[in-house]
Amino acid sequence: MTGSGAQVPGTEARLARIRGRAMPKSHNARTIAALASNPGCARRAIMDAAGVDKQRLAAHLGYPAPFGQSRFALARGNAFEAQLKADGAAQILHLLRENLGLPLEQAHYIDLDDVGGNPGMDLRHARTRQLLARPEGTMFDHPVLRLQVGGRHAYLEPDLIAVQVGEAFRIVEIKSFPVIDGQADGGKVAAAAIQSAVYVHALRDLVGDDKVHHETILICPKDFSNQPTAQRLDVRKPLTVLRRQLSRLTRIEDLLKLLPEDLTFDLDPDPDDKTATHRRDPETLKDAVSQIDARYAPGCLSTCELCYFCRAKSSGQTARLGQQALEDLGGLDSIPAVLGLASGALRPSPERAEATAVLRQVVALRAEVFGREPEPTPAYPEVMGEAV
Amino acid sequence: MSALTAYARTLAAERQIAQPVASVRHVHVSDRPLVFVPLQLAGEANAPLAAIVGSDRGTPTVLTVAEPRDRNQRFAFIADLADVILPYIEGYPLGTREAKNGNLVPVAGDAPQLIVPGPAAVAFTRLLGRSARFRRTDGPYAVPATVPLVGRWLSFYSERPEVPGSSLTLVVTDALASHWATGQSPEEDLNLASILGWIAPPPGMTGAEAALLAEDPVRCPPAGPATDPTFDNEVLEGLIKAVRAARLTGGGSGRIRHALTEELRTQLEPTWERMWQAVDLLRALRPGDHVASRWERDCSAFARYADWARATGLPQPKHDGAVQASRRLWDLEEDQRRFAAERAYDDPLVMAEHRMSGEAFAGTVAAAEPTRVDASGRRRVLRPRITVETGDRVVVEPGTVLTSPARTAQEARVISVEAGERTLVTLELQKGMGQSLTPPPGSVPELGERVCYATFNLGYQRRPEFPPREETPWTHGGPPAPYVPPDENAQEAWS
Amino acid sequence: MTGAEPVGSATLAERATAGVLADLSRVNQGAGRGVVVDSPPGAGKSALVVRAAGELAEAGERVMVVAQTNEQVNDLVDRLATDRSDLRIGRLSASDYVPAERVARHQTVTVSEKAADLADHAVVLGTAHKWAMTGVDAARPWAIIDEAYQMRADLMLRVARLFTAGLFVGDPGQLDPFSTVATERWTGLSWDPTQSAVSVLLRNNPDIPVHMLPVSWRLPASAAPVVSEAFYPFTGFRAGTTAGERTMEWNTRAFGMNALDCVLETAAADGWALCELPALHTLRTDAEVADTCAALAARLLQRGAVARSELGEAAVTASRIAIGAAHRDQAQAVRAALAARGVAGITVDTANRLQGREFDLVVVWHPLSGRRDATAFHLESGRLCVLTSRHRHACVVVARAGIPELLDAHPSAEPMFLNVPAKFPDGWEANQSLLVHLSRHRVRAA
Repeated sequence: MTGSGAQVPGTEARLARIRGRAMPKSHNARTIAALASNPGCARRAIMDAAGVDKQRLAAHLGYPAPFGQSRFALARGNAFEAQLKADGAAQILHLLRENLGLPLEQAHYIDLDDVGGNPGMDLRHARTRQLLARPEGTMFDHPVLRLQVGGRHAYLEPDLIAVQVGEAFRIVEIKSFPVIDGQADGGKVAAAAIQSAVYVHALRDLVGDDKVHHETILICPKDFSNQPTAQRLDVRKPLTVLRRQLSRLTRIEDLLKLLPEDLTFDLDPDPDDKTATHRRDPETLKDAVSQIDARYAPGCLSTCELCYFCRAKSSGQTARLGQQALEDLGGLDSIPAVLGLASGALRPSPERAEATAVLRQVVALRAEVFGREPEPTPAYPEVMGEAV
Repeated sequence: MSALTAYARTLAAERQIAQPVASVRHVHVSDRPLVFVPLQLAGEANAPLAAIVGSDRGTPTVLTVAEPRDRNQRFAFIADLADVILPYIEGYPLGTREAKNGNLVPVAGDAPQLIVPGPAAVAFTRLLGRSARFRRTDGPYAVPATVPLVGRWLSFYSERPEVPGSSLTLVVTDALASHWATGQSPEEDLNLASILGWIAPPPGMTGAEAALLAEDPVRCPPAGPATDPTFDNEVLEGLIKAVRAARLTGGGSGRIRHALTEELRTQLEPTWERMWQAVDLLRALRPGDHVASRWERDCSAFARYADWARATGLPQPKHDGAVQASRRLWDLEEDQRRFAAERAYDDPLVMAEHRMSGEAFAGTVAAAEPTRVDASGRRRVLRPRITVETGDRVVVEPGTVLTSPARTAQEARVISVEAGERTLVTLELQKGMGQSLTPPPGSVPELGERVCYATFNLGYQRRPEFPPREETPWTHGGPPAPYVPPDENAQEAWS
Repeated sequence: MTGAEPVGSATLAERATAGVLADLSRVNQGAGRGVVVDSPPGAGKSALVVRAAGELAEAGERVMVVAQTNEQVNDLVDRLATDRSDLRIGRLSASDYVPAERVARHQTVTVSEKAADLADHAVVLGTAHKWAMTGVDAARPWAIIDEAYQMRADLMLRVARLFTAGLFVGDPGQLDPFSTVATERWTGLSWDPTQSAVSVLLRNNPDIPVHMLPVSWRLPASAAPVVSEAFYPFTGFRAGTTAGERTMEWNTRAFGMNALDCVLETAAADGWALCELPALHTLRTDAEVADTCAALAARLLQRGAVARSELGEAAVTASRIAIGAAHRDQAQAVRAALAARGVAGITVDTANRLQGREFDLVVVWHPLSGRRDATAFHLESGRLCVLTSRHRHACVVVARAGIPELLDAHPSAEPMFLNVPAKFPDGWEANQSLLVHLSRHRVRAA
């Protein structure tokens, strides 16, 4: 179910080579949830499987990612969470009882982060498993969960609480976007739901499917205040999507077969330089990245760190113009081909005859409206066979 | 979207400059609009940080909040905003007119127009209105009377963009995108500087180059309401901390507050300029024939709301009740239908989209019997027939009633469709030709005339009857409790 | 679920109907205000409506019946008048309504545009739109609302003034009503007017009992489990007939079987066929798919087929064949392709307009064929459910190769809203489930 099939020997080594000397970027619920967006992109799939730091890579390529996080947003998120978890998560307990009417007789809050010393993830995960099995706990903060991602264990340290209600656990997710008059931003709720689904999935791995409820609890600030409100979220749909996506990640081996053995995104860090200068020639790095096919779509601009690089490399492609345009152009993927077919400078192959007829009609209608002949288009070679 | 728009995008990408997708302007642009560009503090629920606002390009008002997380300062900001917005709205007086049934109905000769950068600014305005309109002017946390008042107006104006064809609130990126296709995606068109760059790049630059520069937040601070995170971290945070420190130590914070305002001004002024540049671009387009009548409907909507607010003194409720929701849905769908038809009738480029989909066709009159009389009924009636020859794809069936933009009062029933290299469509005409058996000149299309016929028309549909809200049926939860505005001051706990 | 005994199915179905009728009389005695009946494709929805109307009328109740289209009203009038010649039946109509032959032939049916004229009739039937325009003096204690899942809640609001208690019947797996305007202003409200009448009813009246008709009399044994699993994952239903009871045989043999013949043979033998064209991203009016749909229907008529079922034996004529598509322009393209082949009489329409209809063989233009991405519209489970559940004998799906890859690349990523119950099945899941099944009946064309 989780793509836990045995890794083909050598895959791990190939991925490590691709990653280079950098430490693998560890997964969290957010990055795992992100795997579900644009899963058709091989470039992204391989980089994520190899744990490449895409942000750093994009910067070295000269196309820094357009995302930054404001410290105001971080501060607000942290303050809200701290407020909820204060006094043994008293506010959360109150919400679950009063707001959602969950039957929680006793409140016993255990912070699993509180292990003392500096144990490894394996140890902390084991401790989570051990404590969750005990009947006396009600609320468990900071459980360490584990998930198979692309054949490798990924540890998750969610800032979440698993609450035991009757026989089953429920995931409580805290977010700092507001719920105003009972409604919140649909994109943010969906993102929270898929993250919760990641936790449900991982927790089920630990304690069994029937021990974790598919309905999770989302706690957000209410209206314009800092007072919390709790909402139920049914994550069955995101769970099915997640399961399928995780099972698809094993295809990494197939993708790797198509790539040169010596492919690497190593940035060649200068070992003597404390500021961690990277010496890799950006041009060879560009060539290396371009070895893997990307599937750029404007949606990448809000989800993937490499978006500006991929967008720059997709010039001349109709995919840049958005999903609707791509559809209306009948799947023609090159801009010069569209213009060439429209102007008549290119002859369509039989399977493009229909899309071409529509383009010719568009040109004729525009000429009729603008009262002039269509502008001459630069002549393109007549190779409308299958470049399109 | 359509193949026409998609092709225009392709052309724009190739030519590196935006291409028109409308041949006339479909929105109203006021002579004296109120431009409003708000900024909010990241992470907070609708905490205003700053705004640039005004109806005169040369003298904008810049408002800032030194501590957006402070409740009092938020409402002080809204009160300041009210001092700009309310006098502007009061500049548009209401009158009354006697309706057919003898009742006096409120009217306005012209109406205030709010112009905001994009959909995110509309969402922000909606919440700003929501946070202010229930506030009380007495009791704990009392606010000035202008705060709930401006909250109601902001609520009203933030709802208008969902009404198809309304221009009371002009959302600039949407307005630009409905008149020009850029060589980028609709997602990227939401960036005001970027779409403007494609349409009107600075001299010596292509649209594509201008759009690329627009993504650099240092050169082009975002049009808001979200600010540039780097600006937050490197400039704003320090200044807000300094203001707080100065206040705590009892020292004067005037100098730092001034510095904060100046920094925020640098974030706002480029957008202010772009907003007016966009207004100029839109103004330069010739308005479509129905723009004026749609604006009249907007003026009525403004007058009706102003009158309701004055008469009841109530803030708009948080949600529509069941009856109100159903009624509004009916209105929105009717507005949508009419707006789509008016756009097509006003603009041959929009009509071209319908011609491609087969909902309309254009051609020349190849045969005409202008004085044909139908004597089969009790009374002899004038029923001219014309045959239109067209190269368009025709999918209408015989019996369908069509309308032409050139003669909107006339009905044309499809008699036959003869497909071929050029399709021949025979139409029988009625209405719009006077009472006699001889049609007045020009009322029947002449031989050789270029004509266009569409399956949709501009006809006005009367809203059906809905039950009164006290009679909301049990299927929809039964009659709701009478509307009493919630007491937000008392209920809403702030940090 | 396979090999269900026909007798068992009949008993099962009768038990379900009895349960509904018992609840109706409970409502009559003052317990609650309504009953909802979920009816999967061909599960005897109309029969239930007619039976319930008859029984309520017999008990002395005055009943109004609400359907969504004039055709549906005419069908119900005909069935009710045929079943219950003892009842006086009213057909409430618009002023320009010309009574259909199947309505006019019944002596017991009065047609009028005024509800007052029909006040003394035990059962009055009309479209939802007509009832919505009718004054409250025409109110009746009981309403039976047919196709209630396709009726929008705002229309229900206008009709609901007229009755006190209601029986709401419909198919939850078919297409939801939609609105042409995009607004989130009502999202999460229990009376969101863009929702279906049943979802609003149940959210405001959670105590109303929901029944499910358990047997499809339309879908053959080859189709019921597939459609049930893909589109009714939590409730499920079974076929009323067994595998051997429905067969399709050819009048002529195909010499030198071409791809079309292979597709048709597979469909006749298995009840399903996937006719797969080479992968290509196309315009949505893909001429090759349009022509293949037309060619399959033409070839079937040319060879001649006989359908045998529990109802007897009949030739599969043009009127027993339908071709369904997602978009109107696709339907137009298929009609043009049929006309070019000189074939007439075959129903070609979109999923919306095929709802509630039944044929022997249905050719389906797969909504995802030739697409480069999968939008919510194309993934909507209701659309695929309608298209693949109209047939009594066989269903042929025509598609370009590559849909599984397309689905993999486009997991559903819709925004989610608070207080909106999750709707099942998920279109993406349902598509996957059906594709897995279809891949076992695949024939590569060309």
